[in-house]
Amino acid sequence: MLKLEGINKIFNEATPDEKIALDNIHLELKTGDFVTVIGSNGAGKSTMMNMISGALTPDLGKIEINGKDVTRLPEHKRSHFIGRVFQDPMAGTAPTMTIEENLAIAYSRNQKRTLRIGVDKKRREFFKESLETLHLNLENRLNAKVGLLSGGERQALSLLMATFTKPNILLLDEHTAALDPSRAELITNLTKQLVEKDKLTTLMVTHNMQQAIDLGNRLIMMDKGQIILEVEPSLKKDLQIDDLMLQFQHIRGEKMVSDRTLLSV
Amino acid sequence: MFTAIFGSVEQGIIYAIMALGVYITFRVLDFPDLTVDGSFVTGAATAATMITLGYNPIISTICAALAGFAAGSITGLLHTKAKINSLLSGILMMIALYSINLRIMGLTIDTAVGRPNIPLANSDSLFTAFSEFWGKLGIDKAFNGMLSNMGVEHVPNTWGTVFIMFILTFAIKFVLDWFLKTEIGLAIRATGDNGKMIRSFSANTDTLTILGLGLSNGLVALSGALIAQYGKFADVGMGIGMIVIGLASVIIGEAIFGTKTIARTTFAVIFGAIIYRIVLALALQVEFLDTGDMKLITAVIVVIALVIPTLRAKQKEKSRIAKRRAEHARAVKQEGKRSA
Repeated sequence: MLKLEGINKIFNEATPDEKIALDNIHLELKTGDFVTVIGSNGAGKSTMMNMISGALTPDLGKIEINGKDVTRLPEHKRSHFIGRVFQDPMAGTAPTMTIEENLAIAYSRNQKRTLRIGVDKKRREFFKESLETLHLNLENRLNAKVGLLSGGERQALSLLMATFTKPNILLLDEHTAALDPSRAELITNLTKQLVEKDKLTTLMVTHNMQQAIDLGNRLIMMDKGQIILEVEPSLKKDLQIDDLMLQFQHIRGEKMVSDRTLLSV
Repeated sequence: MFTAIFGSVEQGIIYAIMALGVYITFRVLDFPDLTVDGSFVTGAATAATMITLGYNPIISTICAALAGFAAGSITGLLHTKAKINSLLSGILMMIALYSINLRIMGLTIDTAVGRPNIPLANSDSLFTAFSEFWGKLGIDKAFNGMLSNMGVEHVPNTWGTVFIMFILTFAIKFVLDWFLKTEIGLAIRATGDNGKMIRSFSANTDTLTILGLGLSNGLVALSGALIAQYGKFADVGMGIGMIVIGLASVIIGEAIFGTKTIARTTFAVIFGAIIYRIVLALALQVEFLDTGDMKLITAVIVVIALVIPTLRAKQKEKSRIAKRRAEHARAVKQEGKRSA
């Protein structure tokens, strides 16, 4: 479904701030795979996500979606196949527009936008049904402006908007990191439910090791622009946080240090 | 007095189309577009030139709107493709249009390439064409008779202009309301609201921005074309400060009528434009003020319209808190009595 081949990216090349963001990344996701990505700050996780979404172009390497080379395809064309949820709960929705208008925008993701009215009766019914699955009572607030919703509600809505057109690939970029623990848990459960329902091929970046272990069938660990550890489905089931810490120490010869990683344990 | 106010309404309803254009850029796209000062004249110049050259006023007016659309699209290209700052793209286009407008009007004479103004005193226009038909209906007589009975001395020449402009402006309003609810319209609104989000839902924000700017300046040029026909002249300087007038209309309208829905806001913008004209006319009735003070008065009106909503919100919050405190104090007092 998704294939990254030899992806390289350097920021600020030939300056004192030069940074190798991605160093020869190879990764393949089969249809229905749910891969969680962990790694400390600056490991290249977000850069990799931006490569896949098309916000950044790799210096070297090739990206394939569904067997099609999309390396040069601009972001807005690639998002036909890709659903995304960002870390910032404000980023995934349009605040001055209503809930149903936001859903209508998401609804026309994989078709050409025309002069058809965005929210008609039939769609409104569908939006209502979809919102009911969130159990946040949003289905009764279709005409509320999204800017009035809480961060958790907005993130739940973003998640629904990213998934309800069944994208080929779902990218989740630390989408629970900016929420308080109880809201984060709600979004985590919702993620699990929505991904399982449509067997979406998913790539999720997280700082929370427990979340990385609990969700998905595969796990990868990144450090300094490289994938340093891949845990396959058969081993992932019995994985513990301590195993990951030990593995990291073993590979890098140093202790895993990241405030946020430790805090999230 | 009545004549002054009547004239303001006539003008206001024509300028309202320009204000709707400004609303699209400033509010919907969140793009401070200064092209308006130039594209307004482009509309007037195109219409005046074509009418002088003998084209039908309706066709001339449509071409004027298209010229404005093209100008707005170029501003959009400068911003999205050449990555020039939004304010600067508009200013560059505005200054470029000054020369282009001279050239357009220059097409009417053989002796020079540029021309600063075109009089339309004896030309046909949309309004003369309509008033012929209107005059036969006898509505003017009925209305003016009513006014004379009410004691108004100077009755208007014709009610036709107000009538046709209300129809045209409201038709544009309803089409705009509808458009902003279509899939493309929603995507344009989201572009102004959260570009990152709409890109992640497979919309090309560059194209949408260009389209929005084109539509906006198309309306502005249409308004310019109508003002030229209404005032019977086009002048290269008639667009100076137009953007401020447009903004004034949007801000005044929003402050008075609110922005709850799109339909409500476009309604507010239209009446904002009319109210602005009326306030201006009333201000000019003051002995001390001169027509040269118009721009200063405009600036003051905008400042007042910007300050009042803030003050009102503050006042409301204050009285709300005062009310709650009083209630609380009463409750505490009663509690004290009961325990005593």
